Amino acid sequence: MNATPATAAACGLLSCHVCGLVSRAPGTGGGTAHCPRCSARLHFRKPNGTSRAWALLIAAYIMYIPANLLPIMETSSLFGSENDTIMSGVIFLWSSGSWDLAGLVFIASILVPLMKLIALTLLLVSVQCRARWLPVQRTRLYRLVEQVGRWSMLDIYVVTILAALVQIGSLATITAGPAALAFGAVVVLTMFAAMQFDPRLIWDPFHQESQHHD
Amino acid sequence: MSPHPTVAKTITARPVIACHECDLLQRAIAVPPGGVARCRRCGGELYRAAHRRLDPTLALVLAAAVLFAVANAFPIVGLEIQGIRNVTNLFGAVQALWNQEMRPIAALVFLTTILMPAVNLAVMIYLLLPLKLGRRPAGLTVIMRVLQSVKPWGMLEVFMLGIIVALVKLTHFATVVPGLALWSFAVLTLLLAAAAASFNVRDVWDRAYPAPRGEVRA
Ligand SMILES: [Zn+2]
Repeated sequence: MNATPATAAACGLLSCHVCGLVSRAPGTGGGTAHCPRCSARLHFRKPNGTSRAWALLIAAYIMYIPANLLPIMETSSLFGSENDTIMSGVIFLWSSGSWDLAGLVFIASILVPLMKLIALTLLLVSVQCRARWLPVQRTRLYRLVEQVGRWSMLDIYVVTILAALVQIGSLATITAGPAALAFGAVVVLTMFAAMQFDPRLIWDPFHQESQHHD
Repeated sequence: MSPHPTVAKTITARPVIACHECDLLQRAIAVPPGGVARCRRCGGELYRAAHRRLDPTLALVLAAAVLFAVANAFPIVGLEIQGIRNVTNLFGAVQALWNQEMRPIAALVFLTTILMPAVNLAVMIYLLLPLKLGRRPAGLTVIMRVLQSVKPWGMLEVFMLGIIVALVKLTHFATVVPGLALWSFAVLTLLLAAAAASFNVRDVWDRAYPAPRGEVRA
């Protein structure tokens, strides 16, 4: 990289996360800065973003275990009852010939949440070590986590529709299992963790002069 | 070339913007309508260029609102097993979960498929109508913050995919009767994507406050 490019924080400028306006930070007299256009609170970096993201991420890791081990769907019919975990649901789709949907559910319910947990861990660790490797790729990874995370709600919606429709007395009844709660928690917790993470921290090690931390 | 804010003022000073993903300062440049300005360091999206007219966006949002109402009012799908028929719409599905003691999940489904998309559509209409008439919407700052926090939680496109997966699972042991809401959801998903692509947050601010005080230019 040639001469260090200027960042807003290094120049004492604040950008508003609501309306995008860049304004000069008020003098170091303390107090909180507000956006001159939309009056939102301004921060150089998301306050306590990293520690909040860690807390949410660890909670998500814990919930990930019951989400995969407990049944997400309980089916009872004349032929007995059956419990489905997320994985056995994928296997059912696969063995009944819907390979494309099996692949889709596998990606949305197993791969995406796992990749999200790993990616956020990687981002948080790298930011705390003030790592300088591959900043563009790490920023891209963060963008991917933000965009793809919502798709892991897929299984929750599938269970919702099945549980509402298949209520035919003793013939067949489907109810949502405890893993649905844990899985919903994983999705929500990782979404909040991604929101708390500040991708600008990836770039801060390249700007030694930026001492403006809020 | 360098967008450093301390360089001497040029004749046409443009607003300085900071990338939300890497904090790099850059001077806002003109982008052809519908185009996207990207950060030259990290490639993050800085802003989209505004369309000249708000009408297409407004039309998309209004059409989406109508379809959203239809999608919620009519059954998504019906199921027939040995002559017994069961039908559900979206709110009925939420209620079923609620009654099965899956209240947090029922709340999550309600939020992501009904409440958040409804608030999102209402807010966009509330913003676009006055702006089209050349007025600043009342309570703009609050509304824009609501829009920002609501946006990530509307997940109708994921729900649409969920319907498809559920139907495929059901066809193995029952007769599935698609309802009107199913088609509405399909079209609604496309309309919402088009509306989101054409709705421009930066343009809303620029129309409401053409030259804000305190803005750094270079
Ligand atoms: Zn950038």
